[in-house]
Formats: sequence, structure tokens, C-alpha cells
Amino acid sequence: MLHTLTSPLLRAGLTAMIAFRALRRNKLRSTLTALGIIIGVASVVAIMAVGRGTQRRIQDQVSSLGSNLLIVFSKSRRTNAAAAGNAESSNLTLEDVEAIRREVRSVQAASPEVTLSAQAVAAGRNWSTTIAGESPGYLRIRDWPLARGSMFTEREVRSAARVAVIGSRTARELFGPLNPVGQTVRIKNMPFTIIGELESKGAGMGGANQDDRIVIPYTTAMRRLTGDKYPRLVTLQISSDGLMSAAQEQVTALLRQRHRLADGRKNDFDIVNQKEIADTVNSITTMLTYLLGGIAGLSLLVGGIGIMNIMLVSVTERTREIGTRIAVGAQPRDILLQFLIESITLSLLGGAIGVALGYGISAAASMIPDFHPSVSIGSVVVAFGISFIVGVFFGFYPARKAANMNPIAALRFE
Amino acid sequence: MSTTVIELTDMRKTYRTGDVEVHAVNGVSLRIERGEFVAIMGSSGSGKSTLMNMLGCLDQPTAGSYLLDGVNVAKLGRADLSRLRNQKLGFVFQSFNLLSRTTACENVELPLFYTNPHVPLRERRQRAINALEKVGLGTRLYNHPNQLSGGQQQRVAIARALVNNPELLLADEPTGNLDTRTSIEVMGLFQALNDTGITVVMVTHELDIAAYCKRTIVMRDGKIIRDEPNTTRTFASDQRAALDASEQHADLA
Ligand SMILES: Nc1ncnc2c1ncn2[C@@H]1O[C@H](COP(=O)(O)OP(=O)(O)O)[C@@H](O)[C@H]1O
Ligand SMILES: [Mg+2]
Repeated sequence: MLHTLTSPLLRAGLTAMIAFRALRRNKLRSTLTALGIIIGVASVVAIMAVGRGTQRRIQDQVSSLGSNLLIVFSKSRRTNAAAAGNAESSNLTLEDVEAIRREVRSVQAASPEVTLSAQAVAAGRNWSTTIAGESPGYLRIRDWPLARGSMFTEREVRSAARVAVIGSRTARELFGPLNPVGQTVRIKNMPFTIIGELESKGAGMGGANQDDRIVIPYTTAMRRLTGDKYPRLVTLQISSDGLMSAAQEQVTALLRQRHRLADGRKNDFDIVNQKEIADTVNSITTMLTYLLGGIAGLSLLVGGIGIMNIMLVSVTERTREIGTRIAVGAQPRDILLQFLIESITLSLLGGAIGVALGYGISAAASMIPDFHPSVSIGSVVVAFGISFIVGVFFGFYPARKAANMNPIAALRFE
Repeated sequence: MSTTVIELTDMRKTYRTGDVEVHAVNGVSLRIERGEFVAIMGSSGSGKSTLMNMLGCLDQPTAGSYLLDGVNVAKLGRADLSRLRNQKLGFVFQSFNLLSRTTACENVELPLFYTNPHVPLRERRQRAINALEKVGLGTRLYNHPNQLSGGQQQRVAIARALVNNPELLLADEPTGNLDTRTSIEVMGLFQALNDTGITVVMVTHELDIAAYCKRTIVMRDGKIIRDEPNTTRTFASDQRAALDASEQHADLA
């Protein structure tokens, strides 16, 4: 009784031994055959790792924007003075911003924003940078501390004062290691007094360096630099995560009312939720990762065909061996198992080497600054699982061919 | 249990290629007792191999019955036939059919891999060594086939056939690929094994090889045309002595 229970397992074990021996005898061929699987698994693992790293980075960047933000964009392109007289103009106005601040309770801070590119000149040095017109609440919204000095005040906003808070990169470019606070920087030939320096924040979304900027009061930017009457966008910080969608609705309703939009007419502004941005970007990278991973997975299929090919060759080469085994008492399932184990071993071996290679690739990629690919256990398990399935799937046909051989013909095979 | 090892009754094997029917074995009735040593002779195409394949349970007859050791083989499925081959039969082929790049010992162990109940590794090895010693290859246990002469390879194959203590040894032209001296060696081995009680059935088309056996069956067109005991039997020891003498003579000349 015990025998009949343990025997199939033992037979499988013995058969596995036979299979391993056959593979060991043909080391070079085995390795070459596994190459397709190696490359496939390595690329799946590496791509998934890079995708995960990218995703994590994007998440970091999105949260570095600040938290619980709503951003209202003006749809009108004409934010300049020339359009001011136009009665139909439906720009986002500073009065709109005031109204939001006043009427939507959950809005904690609001910063209209005007940006432009300009040359900044200081101490004989010249640096092209981004000038951001903001409100004093900007730093709180962006959760961005000052390295030194201070932020401008509401009063300076009202007076459109020529004061500036400088980003760390811009400061380094213009002043080197010197303390920029108290220095003067000229923007479009207009002197600004630097009253603070921002802490370094690193690359932002889209790779632009967030530290390369000069922040000035939005009023100053509009009146003195761009001539714009209206901000292009307004960033709102909502007091808590749970109030985001309510606030979004309230702001939308308020702006529709203020812009006198009849029911059925489209909004003349866009309002996006920070979380939505994060989710969108996230789903795009996820999709891309899976797409690339899937393409890499196709090479597993090619690898599988390679295995099938070599297994067919092997079965033909060993026709006499198969005949002999059947003659001395091997059953068809013993032969089937022997060749199946060979192909599974080949593909799992390829899988193991591929995982190691994938790890290596992502380790090499992590030497790129600010880039942290991370191999997930999930992708390793999936890659292994797929190589196992490939081994079974592509090994089955050759194995069955071997198992169904007629021993008489096989023994005579030349 | 009877002492009859093989009992064939009107056994037939018909091959059909297109519209042509070939009656490779065309009504053979035959009885072989335990301890016999039978040579099957006949010209090429007379059906010797086809008969042997059926005796060896590698092929099923088209018609007729085959009792092997009292068991009706025609009623058995593939798995049972495998078990029968593994435990009751030993095969020796003309072209040895050893696994290359595998030691003599591992080659001999091969049938034990497929024996049920399972034979433990140590016992497998020991039985393989015993079988190799029986065929006089105790010093060549770990040589690969390509390091052995034809006669030695055939002796490894015989050891493989013996390792599971079979009832019946089947050999299809076992000396077909061997020279005179090694043919004598191999036939001597069969005689020695037969002396220990193993039943041997072999195919040969050479009269002097058939002379080592105790009984000769001659086939033609799938039928047995003659079946008689050998009155004058050749013994390997005599032959070897004669060969040595003649070679010495040749050396002196
Ligand atoms: N698989 C087969 N298919 C068709 N005909 C076969 C097959 N095997 C053997 N034969 C035919 O059966 C006859 C007997 O063959 P065989 O038993 O091999 O003869 P022997 O071994 O006596 O030379 C021959 O005519 C041969 O051509
Ligand atoms: Mg023949």
C-alpha cells in the first residue's frame, strides 16, 4: 500500500534526475536555448522595476506640489490689457479670487499665479529663469520652507512692491555661495530686492528644476512685468482632504454665477484637483509599464518557441534512447514527464537567470540620480510563473511526441 | 505454475501498407519451456523480428493468443505491458542500444528506474554491479560505451537485460555486429546464463551461431517450417580453444 502511494512521487523524482543529467550533458545548448527566456524575464523584471520607480517619483513630485490643492485655470488665452475692454471677456479675475476666498469656507489659502520667463541680472551675471508672480500664501500652499530671509506680505502685494524670494538654484547661479538676501536682482531692467531664499526642492513634474525660479508678488508681475490684467491660474488650498470635492463644486458654482453662465453652457474655466492629476499620471505610467512589460513578455513567447524547437530536436536525437527506455519498462507517462521536466527546468533556469539579470539592470539604473527603480516581488513571481507555464506549454508537444513513440520503430531509428 | 514460459497459438501479425497486406507472421503456434535455449532462424524478411517483438510485448499480435508465463498478453494495456517487460523480460539488441555518455553501471541500472515498487539507489547500484560482474565487466563499471569494445558493449547490454532477474531473455541478432571472437564470448555468456536456468530465445541467420542453442526454429514467409532440437551442439569453451590454437598457428607461420 505504501509502495503504491509513494511510487509515483519517487518515479517523478527519478525522472527529474534523468532530465537534469540530460541538460547538464548539453550545457552550452541548454544555456543558448534558455537565452530567450532569460532576456524576456530580465526585461519584464527590469521594466516593471523602472515603472515602479517612475511612479513613486511622480507621486513624490505630486505631493511636493503641496497637499489638498485645487487649481483653477482660465480658459481665455487673452489675459492681457488689450482684452480688458471686451465685455464678453470671461477671464478669471482677481475679484473672482477674492470672492472664492471670502465665500468658500474650506479654502484656506489662494494664490493667483502669473509666470513668465525672463533674464535675471545680478552682480554682472546673467541667468534666464522663471519669474513666478504669487501671493504670500504660496509657500504654505506648496509646503515650501524658506532657507533664509522672509516671504513678502499682503501689503507688499497691494503695493506691487519690487521684492523677490529667490530659488536656491537661481541664487547659486547669480550669487555663487554668497547670501543673496539683501542683494538686488534686475528683471527686465527693473531692480528687485531679494528678501528671502527658498529651500531646495529638486526636480519637479516634467523634470523642470523647481529651484530655478524667482517668486515675486503677483501684482508686481502683472502690472510691472507682463501687463496682464488677469491671472492665468489660481491655486487654492483646501483645509482637508475630505472637503476637496465639495470645495470643487462650490468654487465651480461660484465662478459660474460670477461669470453669468446660463445653465447648459460650458464652464469658461478649468478646475482640477491635485489628486486627479496624480491619479491620471499614475494610471498613464501604470498603463505604459504594463504595455512595455507585455511587449517584453512576448519575448518569453519567442523563448518558449526556442525551447519547443530544441526539445523537438532533442526528442529526435534521442529516439533510440526513448525506444530503449520503453523496452526496459518505461511507461509513456515516464517519458512524458522526463521531457516535460527537461523543458520546465530549462525555462525555470532561464527565469532564474533572467530575474538576476533584471535585478542587475535595475540596480544599474538606480545609479541615475533621483531615479529609484525597485524590483517588486510580484513581478518576480509573475515572471517565474510565466516561465513555468512556457516550459509546460512549449514542452508538452515534444514530450508527448516522445511518449507516444512506437518502441519498435524507435529502436531501429538511424 | 507450469513450466511453460511461452505459449503461442496461431499468432498472426499483418502489416497493411496502402492496399498491400504483408503477413509478417502468418499463423505461428509455439511452446517454449523454462530453461530452453532457442534459436530462430530464417532468411531476411521471414518474420523473425516481428515474432520477437511480439514475444517481447513491444507489439501486439493482429490475431492469435500469447500466454507469457501463463498470462494472456493480448488482454493487457500499455502500462501492464511495460511492467511485464520490466520484470519478466530482458532485451538484447543487435546494435546494443546503450545510452551514450552514461556509465556502464548507469546503463545497467536503467530498468530499475522503472521498477515498481521503487528500488532504492543503493540497491540499484549494487544490483547493477552484480550484473556487470556476472558478465565479466566488474572492472569496467564506470566506463562510457565509447570507451568499450563492441563485445564489451554487448555484455553491458546483457547485464542490463539481467539486472531485474527476468524469466526470459530475448536477443535479436545479438552477434550481428560482432566479430568471431566476441561472438564466441557473447554466446558463451548466453550458454552460461542458460545453464543457471534462464530461458533464452534468440534470432540469428548464422548456422554456426544457432549451433550454440539447444533448439532451432526456422521460419519462412511468416510460418515455422522446421522446429527441432540441436543434436550436435557447439560449446563456447571449445570454440575459444580452437580459435586460440589456430591463431597461434597463424602466428608461427
Ligand atoms: N512496420 C512494418 N510495416 C510494414 N511492413 C513491415 C513492418 N515491419 C516488418 N514488415 C514486413 O514484415 C516482414 C517481416 O519482417 P521482419 O520481421 O523484420 O523480418 P526478419 O526480421 O525476419 O528479417 C517483411 O516483409 C517486412 O517488410
Ligand atoms: Mg530482423
